[in-house]
Amino acid sequence: MISRGPRLITWQLGVLAEIVQETPRVSSLYFDAPDWPGHLAGQHIDVRLTADDGYQAERSYSIASAPEDRRLALTVERLDDGEVSPYLVGELRVGDKLELRGPIGGYFVWRGEEERPLLLIGGGSGVVPLMSMLRHRSHVARKAPARLLFSSRTLADVIYHEELERLSSADGGLRVFHTLTREKPAGWTGYTRRIDEAMVKEVVWPTQDMVDVFVCGPTSFVEAAASLLVAMGYDPRAVKTERFGATGG
Amino acid sequence: MRDTHPLMGFVSRGFRGKRRDTASSARVPPGQYVVTDFPVLSAGPTPRVNLDQWTFSIEGEIDEPKRWTWKEFRALAAETVTKDIHCVTKWSKLDTTWKGVSVDTLMEGVETAAEFTTVFSDAGYTTNIPLDDITGNKAWVVYEFDGQPLHPEHGGPVRFLVPHLYFWKSAKWVRGIRLQNEEHPGFWESNGYNMYGDPWREQRYWGD
Repeated sequence: MISRGPRLITWQLGVLAEIVQETPRVSSLYFDAPDWPGHLAGQHIDVRLTADDGYQAERSYSIASAPEDRRLALTVERLDDGEVSPYLVGELRVGDKLELRGPIGGYFVWRGEEERPLLLIGGGSGVVPLMSMLRHRSHVARKAPARLLFSSRTLADVIYHEELERLSSADGGLRVFHTLTREKPAGWTGYTRRIDEAMVKEVVWPTQDMVDVFVCGPTSFVEAAASLLVAMGYDPRAVKTERFGATGG
Repeated sequence: MRDTHPLMGFVSRGFRGKRRDTASSARVPPGQYVVTDFPVLSAGPTPRVNLDQWTFSIEGEIDEPKRWTWKEFRALAAETVTKDIHCVTKWSKLDTTWKGVSVDTLMEGVETAAEFTTVFSDAGYTTNIPLDDITGNKAWVVYEFDGQPLHPEHGGPVRFLVPHLYFWKSAKWVRGIRLQNEEHPGFWESNGYNMYGDPWREQRYWGD
C-alpha cells in the first residue's frame, strides 16, 4: 500500500510486455515492473529516455491500469511533433526496457473506499486516469454508482471503447455516455457535439451532494466542464481537475 | 537522499530525441523541455474573482498585518521582469514577461522573526516558501503577462511569481502571504511534491 509519509521515488526499469493499439493514434503499453511499489487510481508516472550520448528527455503520463492489475499500463497518444510519445508509440518494442519512476500525485486519486457517487468527465486521452478508476472500481466489492461522460473526436478515436461497453453492460451501477465532436456516424446513439450545459445536466446526478468528481482532458475541455459543474452548484472543492496543453509529449 | 542515476549507463534503444540549441539548453534545468505556448495546470475549477472584494494581505508573525485593496495594490510601484519559468510537469518557458509588485515593496517596514511563509490563494490553495526565497528581488505579485492583464486560467487577476522555484510555488489567484516560524507543507507539498522545489536540483517529489 501507499504510505502517506515522505518516501523516495526512485527510478527503475520496466520491461514492455504487451502493446495494445487502442485507436490510430493511441496505444496502451503494459510493463512488467518488478520493483513497482503500487499506486492509487488516478496517479501518474515519470518516464525518462536516454540517448546513447547521454541526452535525456522526461515526461509524465497517467497510469491506466488499476492498482490490482498484474502489469503497469500506460496509454499514450502519439503527438507527431512530440519528442517522447512518438518513441513510446512507434519505436518501443516488446522486450525493450523503459526507465520510470512513481507513483506521483496524491490529489487526483480515487481510492474506492466510499460509496459516494463517482462522476468522471474525460476528453480524449484525458480518459486514461479515469479508466484506472473504473478498472479499480470493477475490483472493489461495494461499488459506488459511477458515470463517465467521454468526449472523443470521432468514433475511431474512442479509447477503450469495447472495454467500456463490457464494463457498463455487466454492471448496472456504471453508465457511460459518449459524445463525438467531429463526426456523426450512422446509427450512433450518443451525443455529437462539444460538452455543454444541456449534456452535463442530462448526465450528472441532480443532487450535487457528496459526489466525487474528476475531470481530465485538454485545458479548454476541462475549463468548460468544470465551469458548467460549478454553475450547476457543485462545490469547486469537490471538482478535481487535471489539464494538459496542446504541447507535451 | 538523491537517487538520480541508479541506472547509470542505461540507454533507451532507438531513442535519439529532439536536440535543443546549446544557447538555450544552458537555461533549461534537468528533465525539462521548452514550450512556446503556456500550458495550464490547476487542481480545480478556475475561480472568478470579484475585484471589489479583493485584498492582498501579509499576516501571521507580524505586529500589524498589512492589507491592500485592489486600488491600493495597483497604486504600488510596479516592475516589469523577464524570467524563465519551470513547471514540475516538465515544461519550461523562457523569457516570460510579467508586471507586478516586488515582494520587497510589500515587505517594506515589516519586521518579523519568521523564517517561513505560506502563500495562500482564493481557491484554498497554499504553498510554503522560505521567507529568504521571496525577498531580495526574487519574487513578485503580478497582474500582467506579456503586456496583457493576467488571464484567470493563468491565475488572474493576480498571481505569485517566484521563478527560481518550480512553478507550483507561483500560486495562482494569490491573496496573501502568511509569515510563520515553522514550515507547514502547502497543497502540493502535502500531496507528494517537494517542500522546496529547486528545478536545478530537480527537487520534484518527496525525497528528491
